[in-house]
Amino acid sequence: MTTIERATLDALDALESESIHIFREVAGEFDRPVILFSGGKDSTLLVHLAVKAFAPAPVPFPLLHVDTGHNFDEVIDFRDSIVERLGLRLEVAKVQDYIDDGRLVERADGTRNPLQTQPLLDAIVEHRFDAVFGGGRRDEERARAKERIMSLRDAFGRWDPRKQRPELWNLYNGRHAPGEHVRVFPISNWTELDVWRYIQREQIELPSIYYAHEREVFRRDGMWLTEGPWGGPRGAETLEKKSVRYRTVGDGSCTGAVESTATSLDDIIAEVTASRLTERGATRADDRLSEAAMEDRKREGYF
Amino acid sequence: MAKDLLRFATAGSVDDGKSTLVGRLLYDTKSVLADQIEAVQRASVDKGLSTPDLSLLVDGLRAEREQGITIDVAYRYFGTPTREFVLADTPGHVQYTRNTVTGASTAELAVLLVDARNGIVEQTRRHAAVLAMLRVPRLVLAINKIDLVGYDEETLRAIEKEFTGLARSLGFADDAVQTIPVSALVGDNVVERSAHTPWYGGPTLLGHLETVPVVGPEVAKPFRMPVQYVIRPRDSADARSAEASRWGALHDYRGYAGQIAAGAVVPGDRVVVLPEGRETTVTHVETADGPLAEGTAGRSVTIRLADDIDIARGDLLVAAEAQPVVTSEIDATLCWLSDKPLRANARLLLKHGTRTTQVIVGAPESKIDTDTLTDIEAEGTLGLNDIGRATLRTADPLPVDEYADIRATGSFLLIDPPSGNTLAAGLVGTPLALSPAE
Repeated sequence: MTTIERATLDALDALESESIHIFREVAGEFDRPVILFSGGKDSTLLVHLAVKAFAPAPVPFPLLHVDTGHNFDEVIDFRDSIVERLGLRLEVAKVQDYIDDGRLVERADGTRNPLQTQPLLDAIVEHRFDAVFGGGRRDEERARAKERIMSLRDAFGRWDPRKQRPELWNLYNGRHAPGEHVRVFPISNWTELDVWRYIQREQIELPSIYYAHEREVFRRDGMWLTEGPWGGPRGAETLEKKSVRYRTVGDGSCTGAVESTATSLDDIIAEVTASRLTERGATRADDRLSEAAMEDRKREGYF
Repeated sequence: MAKDLLRFATAGSVDDGKSTLVGRLLYDTKSVLADQIEAVQRASVDKGLSTPDLSLLVDGLRAEREQGITIDVAYRYFGTPTREFVLADTPGHVQYTRNTVTGASTAELAVLLVDARNGIVEQTRRHAAVLAMLRVPRLVLAINKIDLVGYDEETLRAIEKEFTGLARSLGFADDAVQTIPVSALVGDNVVERSAHTPWYGGPTLLGHLETVPVVGPEVAKPFRMPVQYVIRPRDSADARSAEASRWGALHDYRGYAGQIAAGAVVPGDRVVVLPEGRETTVTHVETADGPLAEGTAGRSVTIRLADDIDIARGDLLVAAEAQPVVTSEIDATLCWLSDKPLRANARLLLKHGTRTTQVIVGAPESKIDTDTLTDIEAEGTLGLNDIGRATLRTADPLPVDEYADIRATGSFLLIDPPSGNTLAAGLVGTPLALSPAE
């Protein structure tokens, strides 16, 4: 093995070290942590960092996927291959189960992202998870910019932005009462571009839909959506074949593709650098619901 | 060349235009994208404004937009071809100590804003004192709204002179302080050099942020690393996985994981495990990527030692030749961050590094009058935003450095046992020396 000579930390080293520190703090102070893992790029990055934090021992946490039922097959296959390779336990909480037995009702717009909150909170209670790692980043959205790295949730899973604990130095206070839990955001300080540059540096494997590919898509609300069981195309919407890729991967009903010919990480980094739109603004209908859409969902216990 | 990372904070009083300055930095570095600008333009029109209100880029919570104020520390990200920036934007009016202490605790530089029409005001003195106490290594005074004083050199020179004196009295070295005249609204000297200030020969704000040395003073200090977690693969069934096989004889692997808090460490270094005091030799400094020739402050590493001694989370690895004091009686400065006041002889929890222990906080001896920057009578209590001095008695002895010497091992939190809330930020010793009140 070659010895690394680099003594000073570049930006990616500094971010990596901060994230690893956060994972290790949680491992040291909590009884039942879990990593939210969808197979998307941010949660794949989380798992990669967790592996590095505890090597050569395995990651001491299970994974939890809150499954909207509106999935991309490539992402589910990828999720399962990661779980298999790392030998980790995967719990799945299914929105579809809640719709089938009437605990949740399908929304008029067909979007299922907001429906994930209840299955998530129920899974936290059922498994008595006390620390829940999420891939949220502060650069994603204005409400997230005010989020702590370690953020207390009450017994109802709620976030109260006005009662957040001050977060000083790198001393995290994760104390919580029984029934409460803490959300932990190890990549809070990463930007979208940092994530891509690090994925390139570390050669992290991702689901194929992040790279440009030919796909039948239709236009709705300024986004390219893919055909699926979530309804569409309908009315005047027509399917077209386009070269597209995904910048974020969420519920298929509200995650749009962007037109792209970026087939490599170099291409993607060039594209993200030149982009005129944020990844959420470009591709997430759920954040367009209102000016405070993310804040409202977070207050209710969303990721 | 790889980019490095500068963490900095901004502070200012109400109406100094800080949100506008931050909005301007983001806007002029093209860190704000089209959909965000459109959202700001839409919201500005809704509020009846003729030009986009850049502060709307920053104020993220519903209550902030409704009240037109910034409530909480917000983190912002932008980059240039040479450097990445993490900006902790700290609001000036409500809970200024709480927010400034929080934002400044991780900052390598702070930008303090004043209104050119008002010059140095009480709030500026308070902020500067808090930044000095927290040992933020570098300070920028941004004199904003210079367009409103007609770009008058005399006015700006007078403010600069007064501030330089203030900074010096608080212990900042002259080369750690930079004064920059700006107009956040118009953009003068923020990213683009102003045509209106030919008498100003210094850098623009962004130019300064891009070129200021980023290596913190912690690297030159004696080695310190709190042990976060003991990595022992043999405890798990997966130790023979393909991922792990390249590590060889894992059966005996025992690594101490942590983030180096100060100094540097190389294999062969003599280290002491505190508070017990056993001395041993470092055999490996490594990460998941392999062995490191040297681990330096800020890097998360795993350290292996020559002797099989009992080490657990909470212990501190330190350089054998430069050890901190191990004590259960600590003279400290406390920044009170909670609505719940300090009661004399309160029994609380103290988190220092990776160790949490019980503590009894003695009656505060004095507190800082932040208006006059003098020590005054604390009258037995500390309330929200107070900064005072007290003696603490801990259940377990702690290895501590003076905060003025090493930030990471000289800092701690006080935690309220019933609620779990953070009550105070603690600094070992007296990092801000003030004259007593007359």
